[in-house]
Amino acid sequence: MADIAVHEAVTSHDDHGAAGHGSITGISNNKLAMWLFLGSECLLFGGLISTYMLYRGRHGSGVGPAQLFDIPLTSVSSFVLLMSSLTMVMAVNSAKRKDDRNTNLWLTVTALLGSLFVGAQVYEFTSFYHEGVGFTTSLFSSSFFTLTGFHGVHVSIGVIMLLAMVAIISRNKVAGDKAEVVEMIGLYWHFVDVVWVVIFTLVYLIPA
Amino acid sequence: MSAVTEHAEQDEHAGHHAHGGEEPHVPKDSYFIKVALWLALLTALETSTYWIHLGGFATPALLIMMTIKFFMIVMIFMHLKFDNKLFSLMFYIGLGLAIFVYCVALSTFQFFAR
Amino acid sequence: MAIIERTSAVPATVSGAGATALLTPTQSLGVFRRPVAATGWRAWVFTVDHKKIGIMYGFVAMFFFVVGGCEALLIRLQLAAPDNTVLSAGLYNEMFTMHATTMVFLFVMPMAAAFANYFLPLQVGARDVAFPRLNALSFWLFLFGGVFLNTSWFLGGAADGGWFMYSPNSSRLFSPSHGVDYWVLGLQIIGIASLVSAINLIVTVLNMRAPGMKLMNMPVFTWMVLVVQFLLLFALPVITVALFLLSFQRNFGAAFFDVGKGADPLLWQHLFWIFGHPEVYIIILPSFGIISEVLPTFSRKPLFGYKFVVFSGAAIGFVGWGVWAHHMFASGLGPVSVAVFSVATMLIAIPTGVKICNWTLTLWGGKLWFSTAMMFAIGVIVLFSIGGLSGVTHAVAPADTQQTDTYHIVGHFHYVIVGGAVMGLFSGFYYWWPKVFGKLLNERLGKWNFWLMFFGVNLTFAPMHILGMQGQPRRMVVWPEKLTGEGFFNLAFWNKIATLGSFTIALGVLLFLINVVYTAKKAGKAPLDPWDARTLEWMTASPPKEHNFDTIPTIHSLDEFFHRKYEEVDTDKGPRLVRVRSAEEVLAAEEAKADTHIHMPSPSYWPIVLALGLPIIAYGVIYNLLLSVVGAAVLLLGVFGWVLEPSVAEDSDYDPPAGGSETKELSSVG
Repeated sequence: MADIAVHEAVTSHDDHGAAGHGSITGISNNKLAMWLFLGSECLLFGGLISTYMLYRGRHGSGVGPAQLFDIPLTSVSSFVLLMSSLTMVMAVNSAKRKDDRNTNLWLTVTALLGSLFVGAQVYEFTSFYHEGVGFTTSLFSSSFFTLTGFHGVHVSIGVIMLLAMVAIISRNKVAGDKAEVVEMIGLYWHFVDVVWVVIFTLVYLIPA
Repeated sequence: MSAVTEHAEQDEHAGHHAHGGEEPHVPKDSYFIKVALWLALLTALETSTYWIHLGGFATPALLIMMTIKFFMIVMIFMHLKFDNKLFSLMFYIGLGLAIFVYCVALSTFQFFAR
Repeated sequence: MAIIERTSAVPATVSGAGATALLTPTQSLGVFRRPVAATGWRAWVFTVDHKKIGIMYGFVAMFFFVVGGCEALLIRLQLAAPDNTVLSAGLYNEMFTMHATTMVFLFVMPMAAAFANYFLPLQVGARDVAFPRLNALSFWLFLFGGVFLNTSWFLGGAADGGWFMYSPNSSRLFSPSHGVDYWVLGLQIIGIASLVSAINLIVTVLNMRAPGMKLMNMPVFTWMVLVVQFLLLFALPVITVALFLLSFQRNFGAAFFDVGKGADPLLWQHLFWIFGHPEVYIIILPSFGIISEVLPTFSRKPLFGYKFVVFSGAAIGFVGWGVWAHHMFASGLGPVSVAVFSVATMLIAIPTGVKICNWTLTLWGGKLWFSTAMMFAIGVIVLFSIGGLSGVTHAVAPADTQQTDTYHIVGHFHYVIVGGAVMGLFSGFYYWWPKVFGKLLNERLGKWNFWLMFFGVNLTFAPMHILGMQGQPRRMVVWPEKLTGEGFFNLAFWNKIATLGSFTIALGVLLFLINVVYTAKKAGKAPLDPWDARTLEWMTASPPKEHNFDTIPTIHSLDEFFHRKYEEVDTDKGPRLVRVRSAEEVLAAEEAKADTHIHMPSPSYWPIVLALGLPIIAYGVIYNLLLSVVGAAVLLLGVFGWVLEPSVAEDSDYDPPAGGSETKELSSVG
């Protein structure tokens, strides 16, 4: 929930004119706020990852991570999310060139890749559920669904922001520096990707 | 990897001249595509450990590849390398604190002894 | 967008009468007009002015202080006599849980936020915070979160697990009412408020400083608040995780703290105290900042060792991350962990001791002026030292094992929190009241206020050390007659003294409230610079104009305002600092350079709308998820209204810069 508040403030783009002119450090308020927020998010995901690490082996006689995970599927969705970071960079670069058409194109592609990732996660969750591993089944399952669910919610919020940005750019309603707003969403998006890089290795690839 | 590093160094050099309200120098699209290819390669290597068993080397190898990917994205895609150092400071304080407190907490549960 | 227009031909006077506000209404969501009223309730509810928000923070926090105080008095009444029946056991559990929660999250933290909001921009020479609308959002989230939390009293009972809500005691099985759910969700909302405000204030301090104000030129209060905001920024997500885990367990059946499924209850303790120990410094550092302003002013000397005070504050902030497990010495951590955390805890006493030395040496050789603010500040040094010293003894694990969960601990941390943090906030009230309201609080009533609180704190909390050593457990609803013991150390005597002391504190606080009313009704206008102060917030009218400074001052030194009033003059006894200008003259010089175009952020509907969404979602989580959907819709409405609302008026609304006069704008308004 905190995300929304912060991001909206950031996307609402409160700065007057170009990035950070007039501030004593010469850097933009919005970008600084975003980085502070991301620093704070490290502690949030760190706590969730630690909870999972502590509890990953605690599933009693039930199904554990080794039997459950579908590594090929997750590898593909990880790759999709990773590539969405590239398309996001393209969007940011297009925005810096003031190329609205390409900015919107790349933002849309990024949102699509993000939705693909979320879709894969929904599929993964339902298949786990059908294998008898629900949210309340064991300590392992509760902490797994909480960690990946939090990440999924972050991706979904990112997708909403991307699509909202596309709509706002098409209607030309961006107040202030368009490139900076796109860059801000980009920072959030890459962060979500980077968190998945960590989750993919620690949760899926390293055997419990 | 060397091509990427070399290129990045040049860009960093250029980045140093950017200060004040000026936009920091950010490399071209082609550079980012190269970085993305490296990331894809690393991901492929990571995933391959699922089929090729490395035994005791698997965990350290995976952790190293994870760290490389993490910093490639953070420094290049998120521009920390080219941007004002204050941003890096803010982010790395959070990252460092997170690693510190959670590793200490997990070690009190004998997590690393297992 | 409020644009304050002033023709350069008519310089504004010190009182601000020359400033006229031209308000340009712009539309929100294309439907509503912007709430641009400058008077009436709308001017407060939709305001984004950091000063108004600061005042609102202060009033709401004061209200919760009275609520939390009444809870404390009920606890002490229950413990005044053996086998007492003032409160039932269940109600007693709710009372101490809510007393602690209210005092920590709804009084000390928001009151510090009130001071920070009001004075940070003034002390760094800014016209507002970096994101004014986010600032309003923080306040409304805090208010709604606090109210939400306290509605639990009327909806089936409040939380009853103690303020650190240890698992598995906090599970449905042991706490079946909705109290813990209210507590979890309420703290979640208040946490978002603090996180948003932390980001906002850090950006303000780092980015919005006036030209020439280097980091090492910033007033100590600003420094300490900056450290606190970093602590909040990094500590809040940890408690957020813990609260999410607990509410997922209670509301959605997750297994996190279900010992039957193999859960480790220490997980909660770690997460709570990784947040909880930095929280201790979050509580105390603003007060340290306040008295670091008050002591030099009333000693007529610069602060002794400014750099040491600043760096030791930052050091406390850092080392504070490595000591959390000293709250868990009795939980079976293992000898290595205990030893490591024990040593780290002893280390943190060093920077704290540095501060105490610096304050004392600030007093040394000064021309002391014993105003009420000064007395409260000296009270902090004395009482905090007592609490700090008993705290260091708890770093020694064997001693701590004996004292854990006894009244001794209660005595220790109340010395630190009431003696350190609360007394410091009161020092701030007396010091800054004339700045905020333009009137001096009555000094005679103030002195009574101080002495009653000072004696009250000692009467209440000193006996608790004895009670604890005699074995009275913390959180015990009754102490039986037959266990009271005999002679000087019997429980009955000291429990009565502690209760008497608590009512003495209450009387002191009541005198403060009377003082506030009396001052508002009777007192005349305060002088511009009543304390001959040193820092930038005094270099403007009292109360400050909406735009704070007529012209943004250029900073040359620490204690800028002092150095504009005093200059070194050669006398026959060598060079001396001599007052060369009055505060009025300094201000008049600034007035003469007044900016002609000052752009202030416009009020907005959306912070309060967005904030309203969260308690609705929270009620939904407890009672019916459909309600959460409604809340989410309100939230979404707020978000989109916010995004689409222009926070800065169109360029056509601005006059082109007149020849020769410079246009200065807020670099950021949000």
